Amino acid sequence: MSDTITAEAIESPGARPDGEAAQGEVAREASAIELQGLHKRFGRDTVALDGVDLTIEAGEFFTLLGPSGCGKTTLLRILAGLEEADAGRLAIGGKDITEVPPHKRSVNTVFQSYALFPHLSVRENLAFGLKMRGLPPEEREARVAKIAEFIKLGDLVDRRVDQLSGGQRQRIALARALVNEPDVLLLDEPLSALDAGLRSQLQVELLRVQKRLGMTFVFVTHDQQEAMVMSDRIAVLNGGVIQQVGPPREVYEHPVNAFVARFMGHDNLYPVTVRDGDRLTTPLGELTAEGAGEGELLLIRPETLDLLPGEVAGDNHLPAVVSERLYRGSHAEYRLEVGSSTLQATLNNRGRRLPEVGDRVTVTVAPEDLVTLSE
Amino acid sequence: MAYTGVTPSARSRGMVREARHLLATVAPGATWIVIFLVLPSAYLMGVAFMTNGPYGLPEMPLSLESFRRLAGFGFLGWSPGNLYTLLRSLWQTLVSTGLVVIVAYPIAYYISTCRARWRPIMLLLVVVPSWTNQVIRTFGWMNLLAPGTPLSELAEALGLISANMGLYPSNFAVTLGLVYNFLPFMVLPLYAAFEKLDTAQVEAAQDLFASPVRAFWHAVFPQTLPGLLAGIVLVAIPAFGMYVIPELLGGGKGMMLGNLVANQFAGGSNWPLGAAGAILMLIATFIGLFAMRRIGKRLGGGEEVVI
Repeated sequence: MSDTITAEAIESPGARPDGEAAQGEVAREASAIELQGLHKRFGRDTVALDGVDLTIEAGEFFTLLGPSGCGKTTLLRILAGLEEADAGRLAIGGKDITEVPPHKRSVNTVFQSYALFPHLSVRENLAFGLKMRGLPPEEREARVAKIAEFIKLGDLVDRRVDQLSGGQRQRIALARALVNEPDVLLLDEPLSALDAGLRSQLQVELLRVQKRLGMTFVFVTHDQQEAMVMSDRIAVLNGGVIQQVGPPREVYEHPVNAFVARFMGHDNLYPVTVRDGDRLTTPLGELTAEGAGEGELLLIRPETLDLLPGEVAGDNHLPAVVSERLYRGSHAEYRLEVGSSTLQATLNNRGRRLPEVGDRVTVTVAPEDLVTLSE
Repeated sequence: MAYTGVTPSARSRGMVREARHLLATVAPGATWIVIFLVLPSAYLMGVAFMTNGPYGLPEMPLSLESFRRLAGFGFLGWSPGNLYTLLRSLWQTLVSTGLVVIVAYPIAYYISTCRARWRPIMLLLVVVPSWTNQVIRTFGWMNLLAPGTPLSELAEALGLISANMGLYPSNFAVTLGLVYNFLPFMVLPLYAAFEKLDTAQVEAAQDLFASPVRAFWHAVFPQTLPGLLAGIVLVAIPAFGMYVIPELLGGGKGMMLGNLVANQFAGGSNWPLGAAGAILMLIATFIGLFAMRRIGKRLGGGEEVVI
């Protein structure tokens, strides 16, 4: 499979539901998504979405990230049309589709359980959407063959669904959605049922497919690592409200509030008790920050810390005792006692001596690595 | 058997053990079946080809007289009474099975969508009536459908039946009785099929451009097919041979094959004819099962879905 295959390669003119033909060599336009004031509640008390405004750019790999019950899956289902919003508007490619039923939307979904049809062969599963749209059998076959080559399904198309492994099912589910060349592909935790090795392999595969097709992908996950690996941009949701939207680095390094920081895996959060310009007083001691923002909570990322042996005086130098060390080969994770507070630090294993439990050390951090945020 | 040889090898010892195991587990059941099913059936088969004697008992010589009479040839030329009974049985089976499917399908679907803790209760409600004796339940219908009852008077007022006829006895009453009686046998296997169904598949079908109707037809219905075919087998075969319901609700013109057979033996009127009717019932059942198997195989994508 060469990398020259573009969206054009699996596009057949006139095959889209609106009969719009692809023009010449130009790859199809990816579609942007606009959400305005989406509200959704289940029953009386369960608020799934509480006013979501969001713009997803055309061709973007966009991830909805949050804990279970944060509304991310509801949002995805509203995009698919499987759930109706109580209020708000939804447009894809500039067209308002708030009222359009799911089978009339040019949007396809890869379901968490894959939802392959057990009574149909893999080939029939792949052709299902094309058949429902009334494409003639020859064209269905041609497009199924193309997608099978594109996703490298090999001889899987001739198997029965119950003969497939988890990873194979996942790829069939992806192919079954992609073969329809939707404006937007929705993925509902598609990798959550797979073991770790297969999972990271399929993450890379999925990312390549998206880059090659240039299609808009909306991906739902509760795994912040996965979100950071895959996404162009991430929206972190909690309680039906978007907390922060931005590229992975921004969300990880500059979370806007404590929830986002904790969800992205940060534990080193300390209240700023006194603030005098760039001088911050915290339970750890006095620290100098640079461009740290205006919040009342200090975030120190473990990987920005360095440990010096013994006691070394200086600015942003904190005396500490090692209380725990987790050796992970490429790096080591430390738990340090600074006064009455604890601090997590990650040290790359670059062959130097790694401090032992009980060692007295000095923790140093660069002023520009300190970030403050609001609760 | 393997002990006749010289030193038996480990392999043949294993085979002996296997044979013993087979004998010990299967023999009781097999003996039972041979004594109480195979031998009587063979006897019945023989009787069907014998001549009717003076007291309704079978006599030699062998003849096809009973089968001729079932096909409508009487002593005095064409007398299709038996043939009508046979056709009525087929018709009642088809109509009542069809109606049972129509009634049971939505019920089974509905129960499968209820909250998990309600489902056993709903299923119980479907099954509970069949805990009462069939004869008593059928008497209940007699009381509901007799002339002068509210239901009969309603039917009369609507012009469905003529004055003072009542809804019972009639072929309609037999159909009603059959549908009522066999409903649980269809609801249960259909419910099992619906319960296994992953609702995400229905959503996947809709997501893949299937309208609600087509999503049902292409994603839901094929998956309930094993349950449906199992239900049809469970309903149609006993319905075809039903005795009690046509006997009580049908009257003279509602007779089915089961009544014909019973009358030939019980009244002592004609054993060979009764035996021929029973044989015919058996053959029809086998043909029905074979047809269901074929249909199931075709609709189920080459998979065995029936028996």
